[in-house]
Amino acid sequence: MFYLENVSKIFPTTDGKVSAVQQVNLEIRDGEIFGIIGFSGAGKSTLVRCLNLLERPTEGRVLFGDLDLTKASDKELREARRSIGMIFQQFNLLSQRNVLDNICYPLEIAGVDKKAARERAKELLDVVDLADKTYAYPSQLSGGQKQRVAIARALATNPKVLLCDEATSALDPLTTRNILTLLQDINKKMGVTIVIITHEMRVVEQICDRVAVMSSGVVEEVGTVQEIFENPKSETGKKLVIPDASEGIPVPTKDFIRIVFDGRSSYEPVLSQLILHTGLELNILGARTEDINGTAYGQMLIEAPSDRASLQAIRDFLLAKDIPSELVSMQEV
Amino acid sequence: MDSQILGLLAQGIGETFYMVVVSTVAAYVIGIPLGVLLYVTAEDGILPNKVIYAIFSFVINVVRSVPFLILVVAILPFTRKVVGTTIGSTATIVPLVVAAAPFVARMVESSLKEVDAGVIEAAKAMGSTNWQIIRKVLIPEARPSLLIGMTISFATILGYSAMAGFVGGGGLGAIAVNYGYYRYQVDVMLITVAILVLIVQIFQEGGMRLVDKIDRRKKL
Repeated sequence: MFYLENVSKIFPTTDGKVSAVQQVNLEIRDGEIFGIIGFSGAGKSTLVRCLNLLERPTEGRVLFGDLDLTKASDKELREARRSIGMIFQQFNLLSQRNVLDNICYPLEIAGVDKKAARERAKELLDVVDLADKTYAYPSQLSGGQKQRVAIARALATNPKVLLCDEATSALDPLTTRNILTLLQDINKKMGVTIVIITHEMRVVEQICDRVAVMSSGVVEEVGTVQEIFENPKSETGKKLVIPDASEGIPVPTKDFIRIVFDGRSSYEPVLSQLILHTGLELNILGARTEDINGTAYGQMLIEAPSDRASLQAIRDFLLAKDIPSELVSMQEV
Repeated sequence: MDSQILGLLAQGIGETFYMVVVSTVAAYVIGIPLGVLLYVTAEDGILPNKVIYAIFSFVINVVRSVPFLILVVAILPFTRKVVGTTIGSTATIVPLVVAAAPFVARMVESSLKEVDAGVIEAAKAMGSTNWQIIRKVLIPEARPSLLIGMTISFATILGYSAMAGFVGGGGLGAIAVNYGYYRYQVDVMLITVAILVLIVQIFQEGGMRLVDKIDRRKKL
């Protein structure tokens, strides 16, 4: 779908040049849900705008299928953009048009006749489950409803790919879940490739197939969600997988052991077995489990004992049970 | 007050409306494209062009800086060329348009600047041409603000038209000057001023109501 080769974007500012994106090489495959995760200011939004050339890369190539977008004419680029839908954190609906006419906009500019456009828009309103709001104006809708309209609008021209720029960051957790489920349905039923930019690991966990971890304009690692979740290699990846860290809640201040549950065992028996086996008193610093794609994923943080022998006993036990774990030193994070 | 004065006032109202309405329309016909040009070529516009922006911005500022009465006199030869005379209502329309068009251009520019940049970005992402962005996104999204600007422009042009009474223009301004100032008929002057106040009130109020009616942003 997309190949990025050595893509860099440098912004000139009054304090000198800022590299928002540096030497990024990335492949986004047909039909996958690809996540780009990082903390704010990592350059994720700039990178996703390089995909449809809302930001023109200062360097490198962006291939969309066989077409090099950086060399495409204005007309070719506009046509390519009709195959690249995009939704935004702030929805960006036309405030003076009702829901139906918002969805008709991309069809209108593509020269589709009014009647056909309206029929297509109504079909899409059924897809996003908003048929009862056909003639409402954006100001009359909730955040989740606005994002549904934005999704319908982005799908109007039958795009091959949908770019989502922090599409759920302005929504509450329940609405986020519903929107992500809708995106997943669209991916499965319509075969639309989806690229999701987010700072929340749980968004990635819920729907992504593969994920790129970004920091300071650099893609630090790329892998399946399971790989990154169980064994993050980059510093940013390590921080992002700690529960709550991605939501801005401070991580524990002491050294801790991070135990990852990958669906093979639930965490309660493991903990009680660990206590019985080692005879240690364990202090839980945090825990979270979640049902991801039908498998129970989760993690638990337990305080690392100060003596080496106890620590080794815990590590040995987890290793024997084949449960991934890592010791996280606070100096490191 | 005799019927002659009443007839005079009625005629004055008619002339004032004629001048102000024609001038407002003409000022917008020139001002909208100019305002769009300023918006589009500005540094954060959709087609930034420093040179074009600087030239138009400078010319607009210069015209706006010239006091209206001086402008009327300065462009007398131009006015004569366009309408064949330099006195009366029709002759006043020329300097009114010259003075108001740059003002309108700035009002239009500022209304367009209020349009959410995210909406324009979304329109670009959907494959819009710049022309489609201007026609189908910018102007419709700015419509309530453009209308508010129009009520302000109308009142400003009305004020200018009254000033033109001093230099041979027609309408209520001329009556106020000729009867109130030169003949010390204070009552006539006060009545013309009251009528001017009334006209501004009616247009301002009507404009605001219309804006409330067409703006979709806060209607529940």
